[in-house]
Amino acid sequence: MAKTIAFVLVRLIATLFAVTFLTFSLTALLPGDPVDTILGTGPRTPGIEEQIREDLNLDDPFIVRYVSWLGNAVSGDLGQSYITDQPVSDTIRQRLPVTAQLAFMSIFMAVVVAVPIGVLGAYRQGKWQDSTTSAGVQVALSIPNFIVGIFLIWLFAVQLNWLPASNWNRLSDGVADNLKTSILPASSLALAQMALFSRLVRSDMIATLQENYILSARAKGLSDRYILFRHALRPSSLSLMTIIGIAFGALLGGTVVIETLFAVPGLGLALISAINSRDILVIQGITVFIAAMFVIINTVVDLLYAVFDPRIRRS
Amino acid sequence: MATTENPLQKAHDEEIVLETGIGPAITGDFEVPLGVKPPRKSVWGVFREMPVLVKMGTFWLLIVLFSSIYAQLDTKVFNGSLPLADPNLQLNGFNPATGEFGTGAPLESPSWDQPLGTDALARDSFARAVHGSYVSVTVVVVSVTCGVVVGGLLGSLVGFVRGKTETLVMAALDVLLAFPALILLLALVSMFEVRDLFVISFVIGLLSIPAYSRVSRANSLAISNREFVMAAQAIGTKRWTILRREIIPNVLPTLLAYAMVAAAAVIVVEGTLSFLGLSVQLPQASWGNMINQARRDIKANFGQVLYPSVIMTLTVLALNQVGDFFQRRGAHRGSSL
Repeated sequence: MAKTIAFVLVRLIATLFAVTFLTFSLTALLPGDPVDTILGTGPRTPGIEEQIREDLNLDDPFIVRYVSWLGNAVSGDLGQSYITDQPVSDTIRQRLPVTAQLAFMSIFMAVVVAVPIGVLGAYRQGKWQDSTTSAGVQVALSIPNFIVGIFLIWLFAVQLNWLPASNWNRLSDGVADNLKTSILPASSLALAQMALFSRLVRSDMIATLQENYILSARAKGLSDRYILFRHALRPSSLSLMTIIGIAFGALLGGTVVIETLFAVPGLGLALISAINSRDILVIQGITVFIAAMFVIINTVVDLLYAVFDPRIRRS
Repeated sequence: MATTENPLQKAHDEEIVLETGIGPAITGDFEVPLGVKPPRKSVWGVFREMPVLVKMGTFWLLIVLFSSIYAQLDTKVFNGSLPLADPNLQLNGFNPATGEFGTGAPLESPSWDQPLGTDALARDSFARAVHGSYVSVTVVVVSVTCGVVVGGLLGSLVGFVRGKTETLVMAALDVLLAFPALILLLALVSMFEVRDLFVISFVIGLLSIPAYSRVSRANSLAISNREFVMAAQAIGTKRWTILRREIIPNVLPTLLAYAMVAAAAVIVVEGTLSFLGLSVQLPQASWGNMINQARRDIKANFGQVLYPSVIMTLTVLALNQVGDFFQRRGAHRGSSL
């Protein structure tokens, strides 16, 4: 067990090094004078060029710059934008809760819908309930999330006029107001996740239902529903947890397009605005943050899996 | 569909879910047909085996492929003289070809002359959709070639030779896989201001190499333990020859089935980039930028959003269906012996 954890941690650190190095070298590889690149089309106050040169140690060799940048990054300082004058870490701190809320909401919605669908598909394997849901899952997996978003906007904002097409009310403004603006973006993200989860639950459960303990539960005369949700679902929770972890990491990146579509002020939208104003340091900061989160989440999932599944623990 | 498989085996396979960077999660069943030489079937024979939906998918993919070639021929070879409207001509503006002002209007509904109507700038949406297919097809062709050639070779090689090479290569690929691909792609494309279709396709291809290597490595590992490989080793065949003659031909069918499913993901990735305005430069049409431009007029004319969305979704769905079909077919061949 200790060996597994040590191995996972070593891999985590190595990957984090690689990821930060890759992101940092992207900016270093940009052609032209870095000061010009960093300032972009933003306003230039006198003396700012020297200041940037000094702040970023641009006269030092690449490796030295990387190490000092990494040191700062680890202590939470990702530099500042010379276009908006805001520290990157402040932007992240303001924007992260919004993105995290979207990710949590969509995963919650996906699980709530996916589990019953998957159970139904397994219980009625080969019957019309199964083939209908399987076909639905196939289609749901094939629609890009921004197209789902546009259709939801068309239906609920344009046609029915029930919900706003964009805008964002913070959670602190009241849950109902927040829900009004968060339900559409969260649903657009949830659809594909739901399809993925329900497929997993279905195939997992088809295997579980062949087990002897299910037969004995049936022989005891327990109701089908009790057996399905109490006995048969339990072994699936492990694989479900794994895929949720992976989905959560993927959602951090996947929210970019949905946040842009719905004008949700999260990390993704911050990244896109930075891209549009060519604010290189902000692009770099957010990219490295998301990448690091992604790596850490996946590692945590690996660890949890090792802790909960004795088969893996032994090997 | 479900009745033809062994549900226990399939369920067990699907427990192994790996993230794959660009490309769908590998659900473990892209392994299988262990070195069985299949009875060779003609293309027509394979087509006849397909369920109706997969046939329709294949048909749709052929239409998309044909459109992209046709559009390219029209612009590059025939200078727009083939029967297809100019995708960038504003039908309500000055037409340099006729020397007159057009009589078209923006956001028109479909008609005989404009089968999909016109967009906000009064351009023929059908022509734009046809030309847009060229972007998607190019991205798929370039990135799949990248993945199959580089990823396939790498995976087959390390699965066969094992040892330190394998550990090293797989560790390096794992790092690339640890990156959220879309974010890396956004950073790359935006920082370097890449707008060239081939460069974008190539970067997407590069990012999808790890997934292909994983699939081909898993297959190569299984095949390397088979009798015919041992037999070849026993009679002293050179390793390179074994790789070329025994391993790769057996890895390839499964890898190509995976490539179709991965191609579906690639189309979505390019669509996302286009939708964000970070893919090919306007006025060149792509399905993603058509959707993005039309969504501003979603109230006035929903059709303009609908058509490219449906086209893109159908293409993705078709690739998934056809890829699944070939993967199942491979699995069958393996299990029937």
